[in-house]
Amino acid sequence: MNGLDIGWWGVPIAIIGGAIRVSTPFIFVSLGECLTERSGRINLGLEGTLVFGAMAGYAVAFHTGSPWAGVAAAALAGMMFGLLHGWLCSLPKVNDIAVGIALMLFGTGIAFFFGKPYIQPVAPDLPAIPLGWWTDIPQLEAALRVNVLFVVGAILAFAMAWMFKATRIGLIVRVVGDSTDAARAMGLDPNWVRLWSTAAGGALAGIGGAYLSLYYPGSWNEGISSGQGLMAVALVIFARWNPINCLWAALLFGGAGALGPALQSVGVSEGYYLFFAAPYVLTLGLLVATSSPTQAISGAPGELSITK
Amino acid sequence: MIDDRQFNRRGFLKSGASLVGLAAAGSLLPLSAARAAPLTVGFIYVGAKDDFGYNQAHAEGAAALKAIEGVTLVEEENVPETVDVQKTMESMINFDGASLIFPTSFGYFDPHILAMAPKYPDVRFQHAGGMWSADKHPMNVGSYFGYIGMGQYLNGIAAGHATKTKKIGFVAAKPIPQVLLNINSFLLGARSVDPTITCQVIFTGEWSMAVKEAEAVNALADQGADVVTCHVDGPKVVMETGAGRGMFLCGYHASQASLAPDKYLTGAEWNWAQVYTEMVNTTLSGGTIPNFVRGGLAQGFIKMSPLGPAVSAEARTQFEATQAEIMKGGFAAIKGPLKDNKGNVIATEGQSFAEDDVALESMDYLVEGVVGSIS
Repeated sequence: MNGLDIGWWGVPIAIIGGAIRVSTPFIFVSLGECLTERSGRINLGLEGTLVFGAMAGYAVAFHTGSPWAGVAAAALAGMMFGLLHGWLCSLPKVNDIAVGIALMLFGTGIAFFFGKPYIQPVAPDLPAIPLGWWTDIPQLEAALRVNVLFVVGAILAFAMAWMFKATRIGLIVRVVGDSTDAARAMGLDPNWVRLWSTAAGGALAGIGGAYLSLYYPGSWNEGISSGQGLMAVALVIFARWNPINCLWAALLFGGAGALGPALQSVGVSEGYYLFFAAPYVLTLGLLVATSSPTQAISGAPGELSITK
Repeated sequence: MIDDRQFNRRGFLKSGASLVGLAAAGSLLPLSAARAAPLTVGFIYVGAKDDFGYNQAHAEGAAALKAIEGVTLVEEENVPETVDVQKTMESMINFDGASLIFPTSFGYFDPHILAMAPKYPDVRFQHAGGMWSADKHPMNVGSYFGYIGMGQYLNGIAAGHATKTKKIGFVAAKPIPQVLLNINSFLLGARSVDPTITCQVIFTGEWSMAVKEAEAVNALADQGADVVTCHVDGPKVVMETGAGRGMFLCGYHASQASLAPDKYLTGAEWNWAQVYTEMVNTTLSGGTIPNFVRGGLAQGFIKMSPLGPAVSAEARTQFEATQAEIMKGGFAAIKGPLKDNKGNVIATEGQSFAEDDVALESMDYLVEGVVGSIS
């Protein structure tokens, strides 16, 4: 079998492949946001961090020739944005949502500004692990070409869930997120915890950006993000602040995003705008299905400004 | 506040010095103005100026204007096809004094240029794309475009020789006439090599949507397409993803050969520098730019990327023969007998639509052999 004509099998393969390829930025940004929100703050600026991380990662990878240096630079830049957000929000009477929106615009703006000279050059890509070596269907093999960052992201989701559940750090973050007063009574400094939770969240979002520019689609341009950073923030609420659910939600979004092109490629081409809306329709549907008129959002950290 | 208004010695000296400077500059001004009436030209791009594609092609054309004496160039990029472009046009007119404006994106025309043109009758608006018509639209609006569909026909010839699976792919942004003509021409070029070839088209719905373009290329590769071209603003992602999947590439807008030299067959490129220089020279010499400007390979509006190493000798021969044919002008890619992919007759035996036929500018069909639908 030369595997050339796979017909309708192309759709599930594209959804699996799309889930793996497209979901990684969602995983990183939503895990970052999950950590930040569990500490009691919302950072809406992660879209800006993602775009800036994409630019910084691409630029550093181009100059050093090492994509991993790019990832490190993106994480560092993301951490800086997180620290800025955390520091601004620790000042009295500062609203975290407003600061987030400001930082989103700021991050995108300076990424465009510094990114100008990097639209043209070609930077080295991150390596992929060929998990499809066992199959002789080239389509499946291509779909199972998995990037290292995807694996890291998946492991990180489980690690973060374990951290929240079983470690001292996780407990501290949760206490600060659920009750500032209780945290103070325990002798913790809520601002300090939130500062570093936001910084770590920013670093993760930066890595998500580096994945965009260094692996898939694999080049820096100003339209690279198309709102993934914002969608990932919404994913966290959808995932009920649970890191493992964040992973599933990200995979679902990635797979649903691949549906539109895949259906067109097998000849279902009427109404493709509708298929492109699939991820959003799916989110709305799931949110409606899991909502409850009688109780507040379950799993929400108590100190979160949107649930107060 | 009162302090600020009072004279102080240093401030007085400073403003005095700048006044002297202004006077000196002013005395020189009439001299240079006498040589050529100064003209401020505004360019508006929907994306980045260096996107390896549509906007870069226009920006390179605009850059050529800097060499003309008396021309000041103002540019703004990343201007969405919304009321934002009206603000940009107004600020170019009122603050920069632009009297010739090139809003280069298709979606700028209606309603944005149409709102600005009656308001500023002394400003000339030149829109890239085929929307203007004499009986409906203001006379200070012009339309210009090139027959780049013929370039896609030549792309199709190169693709037709390169494909082994007899399936070629096209990543398209939106189903507007220019895009449809490119898709149809690409397939018909390939079918001039082998009439069994089909072309799979995927619409992304946006001019620039990196992740969706990459997904589209992957979906095409999964379905067995082995040559890909596109009509999106920045073809870089399509080319890089296609090369990654081992597909041959046909470029669009500008040359993307440097991205994957082994896989790049050829490409249809714009050549705006010549067009813009001519338009600006017409304006400077007091003339009026015609409202309807068109041109193709023969007029130097478009050009082809040099053929890549993967192009066979046989392909080269047919490519060059057809190119010579197109250079004579009046070439028809759409000619009968031809049906669309729903079975409706487009052209009967002997009927043909030459490259300069305005009927092509309202194309609303995909020809037989194209797999896809426009809605």
